[in-house]
Amino acid sequence: MENSMTMRFLALSGNESFARAVASAFFAQLDPTMAELADLKTAVSEAVTNCVVHAYGDDAPSNYITMAMTLKDNVATVVIEDTGRGIADVEQAKQPFFTSAPELERSGMGFSVMEAFMDSLTVESTVGKGTRVTMAKRVGGKNDERE
Amino acid sequence: MRATCKRKGDTMTVSLSGELDQHGAAAVQDKLKACAEDEAVKKLVVDMSKVVFMDSSGIGALLGRYRTMSEKKGSMVLKNPSDQINKLLRMAGMAKLVEKN
Repeated sequence: MENSMTMRFLALSGNESFARAVASAFFAQLDPTMAELADLKTAVSEAVTNCVVHAYGDDAPSNYITMAMTLKDNVATVVIEDTGRGIADVEQAKQPFFTSAPELERSGMGFSVMEAFMDSLTVESTVGKGTRVTMAKRVGGKNDERE
Repeated sequence: MRATCKRKGDTMTVSLSGELDQHGAAAVQDKLKACAEDEAVKKLVVDMSKVVFMDSSGIGALLGRYRTMSEKKGSMVLKNPSDQINKLLRMAGMAKLVEKN
């Protein structure tokens, strides 16, 4: 099984749910368990929310987030990227409970959740150019048993 | 995301329904704050039985209300979170707030 898709949507908070719904529908092709699907949706939600909240500041409503997903064998891969302000210190940003927006009641757990719920997480960022988050998760295993 | 609040004595029960992501948390933030900051309220009960999704933005919102209740020496309890939400709460160190059935 091999499949891929790409979509682009405005960095609006209302699109967090939309992105989850699309991810859910696409990854359903791998026949994941309920728990695996919930993990994938939550990780996607965290990455998209980071873009909505942090990438573009007040210009968010007129800027885009790109989400690309691939399915290969039993592995689901998601790449979520923006062309916003970028992260100066990625390792600091990935620290549990660190947030660059404490005034917004942010828990600072976004990257921690992505790391916990996915098998791999890579964050690439250039200040002034944008951020790309790549996550992958091996799903199911039922496919291995099919004839 | 919708929030309805009912006070009985010094206990305020907040019933949440929908998705507690960043969008949902922003939609109910003012109401949640008002419910927790009510001077008569010593115990905040958050009924999560109808919360169908939560991510770390929801954790942020709940932590904010926990801080409010702690500052006035009150308490907060979470009721009926789903298994996935329980997983997040454990990650955040908030599992002890979940009411045992």
